[in-house]
Amino acid sequence: MAGTILKAKNFNAFFGQNQVLKNINLDIMRNDVVAVMGPSGCGKTTFIRCINRMHELTPDATAEGEILVDDKNVYKMNLIVLRRKIGMVFQRPNPFPTMSIYQNAIAGYLLNGIKLTKSKKDEVVETSLKRVALWDEVKDSLHKKGTFLSGGQQQRLCIARAISLNPEILLLDEPTSALDPISTSKIEELIYELKKNYTIIIVTHNMQQAGRISDKTAFFYLGEVLEYNVTKEIFTNPKHEKTQNYITGHFG
Amino acid sequence: MTIEYRNIRNKLFKGIVIILTVICTLPLLLVLYRITKEGISAINWDFFVNLPKPVGEKGGGIANALVGSGLIILMASVFAIPLGISIGIYLSEFKKTKLAYFTLLSVDVLQGIPSIVIGIIIYLWVVKTMGHFSAVSGSIALSMMMLPAIIKSTEETLKLIPDTLKEASLSLGVPYYRTILKVILPAGITGILSGVILSVARVAGETAPLLFTAFGNPFMNTNITKPMSSLPSIIFNYAISPYEDWHKLAWGASFMLIAIILVLNIITKIAQRKWRVQF
Repeated sequence: MAGTILKAKNFNAFFGQNQVLKNINLDIMRNDVVAVMGPSGCGKTTFIRCINRMHELTPDATAEGEILVDDKNVYKMNLIVLRRKIGMVFQRPNPFPTMSIYQNAIAGYLLNGIKLTKSKKDEVVETSLKRVALWDEVKDSLHKKGTFLSGGQQQRLCIARAISLNPEILLLDEPTSALDPISTSKIEELIYELKKNYTIIIVTHNMQQAGRISDKTAFFYLGEVLEYNVTKEIFTNPKHEKTQNYITGHFG
Repeated sequence: MTIEYRNIRNKLFKGIVIILTVICTLPLLLVLYRITKEGISAINWDFFVNLPKPVGEKGGGIANALVGSGLIILMASVFAIPLGISIGIYLSEFKKTKLAYFTLLSVDVLQGIPSIVIGIIIYLWVVKTMGHFSAVSGSIALSMMMLPAIIKSTEETLKLIPDTLKEASLSLGVPYYRTILKVILPAGITGILSGVILSVARVAGETAPLLFTAFGNPFMNTNITKPMSSLPSIIFNYAISPYEDWHKLAWGASFMLIAIILVLNIITKIAQRKWRVQF
């Protein structure tokens, strides 16, 4: 199933009077891993939060233009349908503190009131946790609280929670910035595995990480996409001076 | 300034703080000692199961007041808890709105209204309208006294819950109302619950608003539209009576009241420890 899954067309986003995204045009292919890179405050996180419309949760936040997922404008879709289609993982691990590991893994079903039989539940929990390579570590303590795990495990649990609903796109907002190097490398391996089934858009500050895991990289600068290309190309032969400076560590 | 001199000042300061603490705690302990000493001798089986008897007859109890207090507080909780938690949710979720600003202001003012004034207001609104004293009017008065504590504790608990939790739920496509009910409220349940229990403990001993509303009743009554007895009102009536027997009952009732409040406070502490939610 190749083809474009996400398309941003003349997209602008604002916080009050302050324009944080300027005329974004971007096509993302199915099953690609796209790294969104750029200095702080350049609109990376805002961009991915616009895709599943978390942006509008902030008071005064508005957006113009179109983001199409499977050729449907997200701003015309039902929020609930949209967010089930697009999973999100946040900067800091945020498992639900009142739920066990088991419940966290199927939180999407529990909280949405989707009824599952006991065996179906077990199956979803097991496959989701196996996909994030957490199953072997937690299978004996499934009924302990999710917050009992280490930071890296919690983050993998959050990824499991996001993929248990079988989304098409996975948005990762600096998922490893709060983690130690070993957990980070586990999550990176995981992203490599997940790419077979999902389209992944990952915001990262870490250039090595972008280089290691992504197929394409979008370089954001002051709310604009300066460059969007195959990752190798961006790293070895950047078209734009700003990209070059950023990659070589002159700013950012 | 030598080191020794500083050390002496340190010790002096510590000493003064300890002495002042003891001075403050002492009256409290004396009150507890007196009530326990006088009250415990009044408590026996009859005390729990019998109605007050005429002066001079042995074996009177305060069964009507225990049942009355229980019913009045239960009803007050039924009014105040859902309302208070809803308002608390509103205040923490929409804190920037004008309505939230005025609500918070009103809650602060309500907290400062003397209980007797609330009693008079409910007398005018409910008792006069109904035409007679009733337990339900007492419950309404007490629920008004419970509201500020419940609202404040709900609001303050929910404010501390990280936004990332709400976002996690919303990003799974969970509708807003379910996010509040199934993620935010459970995460704050300990704080909300302790607010509720402490507000119950606070109104359990309220006398003034009940004098104008539930009034009191020497007989067993479970009809909420009729006057009803309660622990504070029985203490008030019996303590000012000239009879030794009745004084004894008043001491017993005081002891019961304090014991109930103590137990509620202990339950709060245990709940806080046991259901502590770690983010």
